[in-house]
Amino acid sequence: MITVFVPRDAAALSVGADEVAAAIEREAKNRNEDVRIVRNGSRGMLYLEPLVEVETEAGRVAYGPVSTRDVAGLFDGGFLKGKSHALGHGLTEEIPYFKNQERLTFARCGITDPLSIEDYRKHGGFDGLVKALEMKPIDIVTEVTTSGLRGRGGAGFPTGIKWKTVHDLKGDEKYVACNADEGDSGTFADRMLMEGDPYCLIEGMTIAAIAGGATKGYIYVRSEYPHSVHVLREAIDIARKANWLGDNIQGSQYSFDLFVRMGAGAYICGEETSMLESIEGKRGIVRFKPPIPAIEGLFGKPTIINNVMSFAAVPIILAKGGEFYRDYGVGRSRGTLAFQIAGNIKQGGLVEKAFGITTRQLVEDYGGGTATGRPVRAVQVGGPLGAYIPESKFDVPMDYEEFAKVDAMVGHGGLVVFDDTVDMAKQARFAMEFCTIESCGKCTPCRIGSTRGVEVIDRIIADVDREKNMVLLEDLCVTMADGSLCAMGGLTPFPVMSAVRGFPEDFRKPAPNKFLADAAE
Amino acid sequence: MAKVGKKQKGPRREEPAALTPVEIAAVAVCARHGNKPDELLEIFHELQHELGYVPDAALPPIAQALNRSRAEIYGVLTFYHEFHRHPVGRNVVKICRAEACQAMGTDELCRHAEHSLNVPLGGTTADGSVTIEQVFCLGNCALSPAVMVGEKLYGKVDSQRFDEIIAGLEKEAAE
Ligand SMILES: Cc1cc2nc3c(=O)[nH]c(=O)nc-3n(C[C@H](O)[C@H](O)[C@H](O)COP(=O)(O)O)c2cc1C
Ligand code: SF4
Ligand code: FES
Repeated sequence: MITVFVPRDAAALSVGADEVAAAIEREAKNRNEDVRIVRNGSRGMLYLEPLVEVETEAGRVAYGPVSTRDVAGLFDGGFLKGKSHALGHGLTEEIPYFKNQERLTFARCGITDPLSIEDYRKHGGFDGLVKALEMKPIDIVTEVTTSGLRGRGGAGFPTGIKWKTVHDLKGDEKYVACNADEGDSGTFADRMLMEGDPYCLIEGMTIAAIAGGATKGYIYVRSEYPHSVHVLREAIDIARKANWLGDNIQGSQYSFDLFVRMGAGAYICGEETSMLESIEGKRGIVRFKPPIPAIEGLFGKPTIINNVMSFAAVPIILAKGGEFYRDYGVGRSRGTLAFQIAGNIKQGGLVEKAFGITTRQLVEDYGGGTATGRPVRAVQVGGPLGAYIPESKFDVPMDYEEFAKVDAMVGHGGLVVFDDTVDMAKQARFAMEFCTIESCGKCTPCRIGSTRGVEVIDRIIADVDREKNMVLLEDLCVTMADGSLCAMGGLTPFPVMSAVRGFPEDFRKPAPNKFLADAAE
Repeated sequence: MAKVGKKQKGPRREEPAALTPVEIAAVAVCARHGNKPDELLEIFHELQHELGYVPDAALPPIAQALNRSRAEIYGVLTFYHEFHRHPVGRNVVKICRAEACQAMGTDELCRHAEHSLNVPLGGTTADGSVTIEQVFCLGNCALSPAVMVGEKLYGKVDSQRFDEIIAGLEKEAAE
């Protein structure tokens, strides 16, 4: 029996993984080959998806991107024996893109069958939880604090401190809530992990529950991720049956149950208090802080809220110790980050590396430059609220503090690459437009400011009172940054002003045509 | 006792109107969720799945079942981009318009979609088969531009692939 792996990750499915799996099955039957197909997660080399792997004595051999038309040829060429082929890449784990990563959180993703608990256990899964079950909650908190883990959802707040707050509060009704809203353009790490290694998230949340004293948890998944929702629900059911969730987990004194809630297409619901409102079945309007959610969170109870990546980092921290994790990284940015390279890029995908790698290394060494083959002009880092960085900043190490120094943010680790055909005034306009569409509407600078922002940029593009409007735009950005309640309105000036500062020539182009200029007046 | 019952019923001039199919569906979905107010988003998702949209007529029975005001129920429904208050096409085609897809030409793709289907984003084709919508990020940013139809995700969608997807839908609908 030969094992063939065909990913079931949504990105792989989007380029035909299901069809390829079916074709391999058919072809194997026709040729009387004894083939077992495992639907794994993605290795994150998305430019090679569907990436088909064959298990051989030497290890797993990769072929990709495979389309249904290639399948017969692969059989003819002896891919079941790992023979070379035009689509072959040799041993998967020797592909430089993969080999040069430091995979801690994504160690299992793409390797195992996402829903097999046996597979998970065989690859070190639940080792962290088994340890946690024997530890005092406060010692778990200490371990996480030692690791230096900071929130991976964007703000980079130390996870240990959050957990300690909830741990120290009295009361038996507490919650754990996972932010799986992942609305940032250019990010898909949460999705990949939920689909490729869901037990890792479940394990991390269970450890958080024990540390904080919670017995119930929610995963808030955006509705754009139906595949993640299905995998998570199935994984939770299986984990419950195997007593890795539910009452008295593995015979211990701890009980924890987990539920999936689905969003409904609102970017702001990634903001943590908005997310809580949404889980409670309300409009996703941002709450005033204080009280912080650690003290008064879901249903008014103490709540640990973290991003998928933050929770998923915890199992290995418990299994190997906080110091092990802390030894990766630079400065106050410890451990690894799942960088995501997207947009106009030849080799898009997920690269897990310790902090300290640069934009240039990610875009050029891993990404191989643009898909169009033209020069890279700008990279937006950290989602739609992140800055557009010009080439002069490509060598700044990826580190929360170093990026802040150059008025940029690492955020969730997403990089969106643009070639030299990009019009940065148009991108600035879009950032404002995005804020008008996604603002929760609670405060004026964000709700109205963004609408005015679109108009001002339209006038600049149309060359109507350009100098005056440039000043006005800057003013408006200051007002939004200072007067907004949350980072939606507060950070929208980042992409806008970074475009103005980094690419001033795009705001000085001749007006597109007279008609538009008149219309804007 | 039967007499008393009759007497109480007596003064009413009309029998309470029978529930409409929409109301029946709404009440049933709420019941499946234990009439819990915090499951309102799930209730909307399920109703939309059943009916294609969430009709205004469903709001009063939901409000009653969850013991919340109609204004609140209405407020929640209208806050989220995903929910439709009016009928949509048999297929909802979501085109990602966020940055990574922009970098790979989603603007042209949107224009092509609008032109070839002869509707603006947000509109439904005359035959009622397709509604096109803009969304912001489908998590397929490394294989952009991305499109989603129902739960099916497509990557690297250019105009030609878009036409193939649409043609596939019409074929499915015809079958
Ligand atoms: C407009 C807005 C959108 C956000 N979107 C997300 C998101 O999609 N996922 C996420 O984890 N955090 C998001 N955040 C950050 C969360 O508010 C919060 O900081 C985070 O979930 C905390 O988890 P962490 O400490 O593990 O990062 C967003 C914040 C803002 C202001
Ligand atoms: S900044 Fe915008 S999104 Fe944030 S609370 Fe104010 S209105 Fe809502
Ligand atoms: S930006 Fe289009 S899929 Fe993410």
